[in-house]
Amino acid sequence: MIPALIVLAYLGVVVYIGVFAFRRAHGRKEVEDYFLANRSLGPFVFLMSLFGTNMTAFSILGSSGHAFANGIVTFGLMASPAALVMPLMLFLVGTRVWALGKRHGFITPVQLFRDRWETSHIGTVIFAVQAALLVPYVIIGVMGGGTTLSAVSGGRVPYWLGGALVALVVMSYVFFGGMRGTAWVNTFQTTLFLVFGAVAVLVIGWGMGGFRASVEALAASPQAFLLTRERFSTLDFFSYTFIPLSSIAFPHITIFCLTAERMAHFKRTVVFYPLCLLAIWLPCTFLGVMANRAVEVPEVQGKLEARATLATQAATLAPGERAELRAKAAGDDVLVRLLNHYAPAWLAGLLAAGIMAAVMATDSQILALSTMFTEDVFAHYEGKARFGEAAQVMTGRAFVIGLTVVAYLIALRMPESIFAIAVQYAFTGYAGLAPLLVAALFWRGSTKWGALAATLFVALGVLGIAAVNAYVPAPPPGQPVPVWSLAGQDVIVRTAGGLSVLGFMPVVPMVVVSSLLLAFVSLLTPRPSPATLARYFAD
Amino acid sequence: MKNTLLALATIALYLLHQDVWLWRSARPFVFGFLPVGLAFHALYCLLASLLMLLLVRHAWPARLEREAGPLDDPRRRP
Repeated sequence: MIPALIVLAYLGVVVYIGVFAFRRAHGRKEVEDYFLANRSLGPFVFLMSLFGTNMTAFSILGSSGHAFANGIVTFGLMASPAALVMPLMLFLVGTRVWALGKRHGFITPVQLFRDRWETSHIGTVIFAVQAALLVPYVIIGVMGGGTTLSAVSGGRVPYWLGGALVALVVMSYVFFGGMRGTAWVNTFQTTLFLVFGAVAVLVIGWGMGGFRASVEALAASPQAFLLTRERFSTLDFFSYTFIPLSSIAFPHITIFCLTAERMAHFKRTVVFYPLCLLAIWLPCTFLGVMANRAVEVPEVQGKLEARATLATQAATLAPGERAELRAKAAGDDVLVRLLNHYAPAWLAGLLAAGIMAAVMATDSQILALSTMFTEDVFAHYEGKARFGEAAQVMTGRAFVIGLTVVAYLIALRMPESIFAIAVQYAFTGYAGLAPLLVAALFWRGSTKWGALAATLFVALGVLGIAAVNAYVPAPPPGQPVPVWSLAGQDVIVRTAGGLSVLGFMPVVPMVVVSSLLLAFVSLLTPRPSPATLARYFAD
Repeated sequence: MKNTLLALATIALYLLHQDVWLWRSARPFVFGFLPVGLAFHALYCLLASLLMLLLVRHAWPARLEREAGPLDDPRRRP
């Protein structure tokens, strides 16, 4: 119970930071102060909070859980491509978004799109799709909170209560602190996790009798494939390089780009971002793989047995039994289980607080959704003009409460693993929306109709993925089920991990088709006026 | 010329991600415990950071900050 108490104390500190940020704002009720911290973040807070915003439950719990089941491939799937693509996007796109935001006063990406393409309602469509895609990401945070607190307390804090506590804490400091509180909390949390992550590796390694011996033992076991990528398709591996395109298209990241005091603050962020990714993902992936040797941990042993049953008897099991076994074998809590077993109680509590830090990065998504709603809907449709700026901030705060409650209720019923939800819906959808941002900033020929075509395609594509996943049960690993074939060629296939399109993950056709649609429709439709283009393209 | 070289370096690093030559190898274990496939991608992150340093030093879009102007720019929307 000691680790759970330490985590609860930590949650109290986090709420205090949010309240402190609220007091630092001296009761200011300006929109830019609440939603963008008055565009005043310094270089250190900008780096740590931007990175922390991207390090969610998915990064910590999802990565170690995925590595537990799939091996070292996890790092090459999500960390190393992001180490190149994400800072590159910040360098190319983030700096331009910052400059335009400062010049024209934009607070959300939809404001930029509306102005750049001279449109109103198409901007509303983009808002709706962006908001719908962000909600699953918020749910992940709540699920991660429930999983972590439940595991840390040895089940004394049930999943529903753990999720409720995390939701309540995040809601509180976002409600009071706005962007300033969120940025400070993220900075505190990221620092904490970077420090305690290193300690976690040492403690677990020592507890397991040294990593050298564990790796050698794993290499000599039937699970040696976890140390290679021999069971993973090279096309899937390639597909994952498209996923980090989503990062800059996530509204909370685009909005974060607007908070820097100076554009020069991007420099350190761009250079250090790959190093921060390395510091977080390498230990998580490695520990996830090594958990396969932690058979003395009863909970881990239970997962390994469920996985073995799935591998040998999956074909004879009913879909319901398969789903139950898959849930039992899921490794989202494996890192916490290792900590609980190998670290002394007080240290396990501190380390779990570090994990909780990453889990609660969902704050930025909640704030972003609130910002988007109040700016892109409330203010755009005259709410600000009629009721004033203070009412707009209050609307944003009310939205924070409503959204958190809805996300919590959904999290209670969500059966899929953290990793699957994040990749299949949010990441794939936002990667498909990335061409909008690129076209708006770099291609004067892009038009609102091209943007609408790409947005609708992404929305329908994500709905299609969700529908196929819902109606075609996941087959056992290695036994894909064709969903649609053309001239003898399997085009869409349901696999154990999701969907495959011509051997690629859905994110590849999503990005390619969305880009082509945007280009094709833009070429057929009239450009914005020369006056607007002149404001975006100097030469 | 400098920008072309930087663009080529970026493309080369992107392609380097698909390290099929290490696909089935677990050994050697770097530092005695890191499978070579994992160590390669850790090194990849270091190379990405180095590339970003070169981009920041040699291709920084400084004109954007100058064009952005002060916050009280009259063109700024409410």
